Amino acid sequence: MVRKANVKSSKPKNTSKSAARPNVPDFSAKDELNAFSEMLLIRRFEEKAGQMYGMGLIGGFCHLYIGQEAVVTGIHMASKKGDSSITSYRDHGHMLAVGIDPNGVMAELTGRASGLSKGKGGSMHMFSTDKRFYGGNGIVGAQVSLGTGLAFAYKYRGEDNVSLTYFGDGAANQGQVYESFNMAKLWDLPVVYIIENNKYAMGTSIERSSSTTDLSQRGVSFGIPGEQVDGMDVRYVRDAASRAIEHARSGKGPYILEMLTYRYRGHSMSDPAKYRSKEEVQSMRSERDPIEQVKSRILAENHATEDDLKKIEKQVRAIVSEAADFATEAPEPDVSELWTDITA
Amino acid sequence: MPIEILMPALSPTMEEGTLAKWLVKEGENVAPGDVICEIETDKATMEVEAVDEGSIGKILIADGTENVAVNTVIAILLEEGESATAIGTSAVDASIAQVKPIASENIAAEVSQTAQPVAASAVAPPFTPQADPDLPEGVEMVEMSVRQALNEAMAEEMRLDENVFLMGEEVAQYQGAYKISQGLLDEFGERRVVDTPITEHGFTGIAIGAAFAGLKPIVEFMTFNFAMQAIDQIINSAAKQLYMSGGQVHAPVVFRGANGAASRVGAQHSQDFTPWYANVPGLTVIAPYSAADAKGLLKAAIKSNNPVVFLENELLYGQVFEVPKMDDFVLPIGKAKIVRPGSDVTLISYSIGMKYATEAAEKLVGEGVDVELIDLRTIRPLDVETLVNSVKKTGRCVIVEEGWPQCSVGGDISARLMELAFDYLDAPVTRVSGKDVPMPYAANLEKLALPNVDEVVAALKAVTYRT
Ligand SMILES: Cc1ncc(C[n+]2csc(CCOP(=O)(O)OP(=O)(O)O)c2C)c(N)n1
Ligand SMILES: [Mg+2]
Repeated sequence: MVRKANVKSSKPKNTSKSAARPNVPDFSAKDELNAFSEMLLIRRFEEKAGQMYGMGLIGGFCHLYIGQEAVVTGIHMASKKGDSSITSYRDHGHMLAVGIDPNGVMAELTGRASGLSKGKGGSMHMFSTDKRFYGGNGIVGAQVSLGTGLAFAYKYRGEDNVSLTYFGDGAANQGQVYESFNMAKLWDLPVVYIIENNKYAMGTSIERSSSTTDLSQRGVSFGIPGEQVDGMDVRYVRDAASRAIEHARSGKGPYILEMLTYRYRGHSMSDPAKYRSKEEVQSMRSERDPIEQVKSRILAENHATEDDLKKIEKQVRAIVSEAADFATEAPEPDVSELWTDITA
Repeated sequence: MPIEILMPALSPTMEEGTLAKWLVKEGENVAPGDVICEIETDKATMEVEAVDEGSIGKILIADGTENVAVNTVIAILLEEGESATAIGTSAVDASIAQVKPIASENIAAEVSQTAQPVAASAVAPPFTPQADPDLPEGVEMVEMSVRQALNEAMAEEMRLDENVFLMGEEVAQYQGAYKISQGLLDEFGERRVVDTPITEHGFTGIAIGAAFAGLKPIVEFMTFNFAMQAIDQIINSAAKQLYMSGGQVHAPVVFRGANGAASRVGAQHSQDFTPWYANVPGLTVIAPYSAADAKGLLKAAIKSNNPVVFLENELLYGQVFEVPKMDDFVLPIGKAKIVRPGSDVTLISYSIGMKYATEAAEKLVGEGVDVELIDLRTIRPLDVETLVNSVKKTGRCVIVEEGWPQCSVGGDISARLMELAFDYLDAPVTRVSGKDVPMPYAANLEKLALPNVDEVVAALKAVTYRT
């Protein structure tokens, strides 16, 4: 069922998570286990990236996705092969979710020849045409128009792919977002806008940057339906994503999903994150953690034993440490690469 | 007085057309708005309306005439009481402007010194910069980081002028993404230190609009990479405003923030925009290196009644220099600084390029080459006089910049030296710049992409014919 945006209502929607919570969506034992290992891979990968940054192996800006894992995981579970994704600089999780080799991602983080962009892009600029992942964009908001353009191409060529276009709560105020919304609806392009509302854009909370804070309603004046989703619970994410993607794929045009989520770490490695309380972060971690939620359900419903989960954890750690080794040992790009790939 | 009806131009590029058909006859009365004839070009057909009231005295160009030049008299309109005999007398009202000859290209003032025949009115008036003020006797010099210098400059100007305010992303509560605005919120409050959403195009336009109404905004771009979202407002709304309004509307905004490559932040976050802005008449472009210049020139920029693009460099923020301790230390905009006088070769740079230039100069001076080192400080207006005088003395010139080589600051200076000091040159003017590639992330490639001291040394040796 599609919950259309109410175009007439001017009342801000209740944004508290418990109030508007729809029925618990179906989520099989297999789904839970998949989600668990997928999210765990992102978590452990990001923790490792953080360590490697501290060791000086990764330079520049490095934005970790820790805390937001349920968003990409749930969205990916609802998408099909051929759908593309595009996001901001906070992109490592998105790449792992669409199945890009962790070795290639980590080696890009260390700026090595075997990195996804041959070491030339770095944390914020990675791409995989193979997995239809279009970055990795450093300019806040730019990916929204680009993602809309991907959708334009799908419609133009009559392909049934959907463009999954991710952006942050901060990006949601950029002008080009609204220019894109207008054209996406005007031309009914197959794009799902996923706003990862982690409450902060760097040090600015959404309340301090936005005249209205229910971002799911930002498409109302364009006629684009939107939903606010518990982005810490992968079941709700997958469920809403299925609706949104189906809507876009069936030719009805764009759809907005506002994912209420949270980043545990600072904006980037250099951000001490003094603009929020320790308690706020701690309560998210202890009460809403996306991985812990799945884990406790798996155990409560006997989908798997503690030992089974430990085994998964071990596998994930092995993948991540292999990626780290690979990324540490791989050679830097050959100096001749300085002058390649500038023009086609 | 009989009125001449002229062949109109249907577009700015139309030179001639066909008079397709007259819809009025001689002797017929017409009122303003009446269609009198039809005109055709290869692009369109258009109706011509009468502008004045009267009767058609004489039709001079017949139906179907081709290649009628714009502004040809096609008919004569008689006003009330006039007779056809009035036609042909000299009393015809020919108030319509003549087609002007195409204006000659605007060539910079200094070029007029060469043999080129240029109309005097097409030459820009020469720019004469002011010298730096003499520091008071015994003034105390204090060590200060560039960051602190910028911070003090803003604070002092905000104390002096209530109309000065700061806006940008993270400037207030977060104390600045690079801590340049540290403490300003505490001192000046939310009214004058304004946190914005991430909406560069919008808040830049808002700042410029506020400047139209008399405020003096300082816009901080977190980095100049993001100012590209707003560059339309900077150029189309700020830079051109005074000219377009015939000198009425000023846009005294300071656009400031980190410019150029930081460290390992990749292609979209590592670019020197100096030549972009320096290309635009109406803008002042400043790119200081030292803390003293940062302070004195930012204060001058804020006091200025022009839009100023003030390009800082993240890697310089923490560097410490000596700054004179004065109540109101202001430096002249548009004056290059001879950092070290010398007689063998002129070495020119700006912003972080000065770091490479300074090190290279030290090295060559150690080897007995008398390098004259010049810091441009202001890129627009450019202190051509200082550069030309230096090269007339040394006969050799190397220009260092971090940005790309094509259409660069160095390329422009080189051209000017060619025009103004050609006879004095003993070696080709030589540029050292960033490589002509987007900035790579990999540590080894990034190092290669940036200019370095060895390259500057090599260039200095090449122009002084040493090995
Ligand atoms: C156009 C532009 N302006 C400013 C920046 C600097 N910047 C990088 S990330 C960021 C905050 C973005 O916040 P949000 O959209 O909420 O995404 P999040 O980081 O929370 O994932 C800012 C201001 C930028 N990269 N691009
Ligand atoms: Mg955010």
